[in-house]
Amino acid sequence: MLDKSDIGKVFPSVTAEVEKGRLRFFAKAIGENNPIYTDEAAAKEAGYESLPLPLTFFFSLKMDVPNPFENYEKVGASLAKILHANQAFVYHKSVVAGDSLTFESHIADIYDKKAGALEFLVEKTKVSNQLGQHVADMTTTLVVRN
Amino acid sequence: MIGFDEVQVGDELPVLQTKAISRTTLALFAGASGDHNPMHIDIDFAKKAGMNDVFAHGMLSVAYLGRLLTGWVPQSAIKKIDVRFTAITQLFAEITCSAIVKEKFERDGSKFVLLLIDAKDQNGDIKISGSAEIALT
Repeated sequence: MLDKSDIGKVFPSVTAEVEKGRLRFFAKAIGENNPIYTDEAAAKEAGYESLPLPLTFFFSLKMDVPNPFENYEKVGASLAKILHANQAFVYHKSVVAGDSLTFESHIADIYDKKAGALEFLVEKTKVSNQLGQHVADMTTTLVVRN
Repeated sequence: MIGFDEVQVGDELPVLQTKAISRTTLALFAGASGDHNPMHIDIDFAKKAGMNDVFAHGMLSVAYLGRLLTGWVPQSAIKKIDVRFTAITQLFAEITCSAIVKEKFERDGSKFVLLLIDAKDQNGDIKISGSAEIALT
């Protein structure tokens, strides 16, 4: 069970490097053939300083910690019961390999449906780069199936 | 790059069709995406949690939707993606990603196109639906 008093709770921030090898592996895993995501020369030709961070990869880098699900488990959302319900990304600035991103997350809302059979946890995350520039925002909604 | 005036409400983007999602797809995506949730890669864990088998990461199909968008415009034009996961994507699903222009609008002196996007399996069942905001000139 989730507890509405956890609304506002701030999770420990995460800082992660954007690594070229990891981006190439991600491109392979999602079947991305556009060379700008794997070949630095092609990325530079397209106007990027290095390989661009793919649109959804912010979600991945945020999990670059020993136990990315620990935050959820601590507030009562166990791994076997959660499903991803919603995901939003808002993009402010481009990010490329070599950048370092910091993810600051908090619980923006907790609510339930069907008399508590389904509980929802809304997490908002601000993403900044190594210069302190606000590069993106993410909103993740998880559903806990009780 | 496609211009704002070339786009009309109701236009459809070329669809993106993916190969069937295999256990290998999920193993690679788990490693590459950093989402090591055993629900997607360990059938024993999935069964204990009451599922028949492992199922796909929702974010895999969102990444496919991302490919659909970056196949249409440069990534820098994409300003927002907002999706809802409407059903679990089963193993062996063949995902088709589609988008249609819902609206054209201006905000703070910039021009945008709002796309409705979705990911369906080979049976036409919608797995993900949502929207994307694209800045065009």
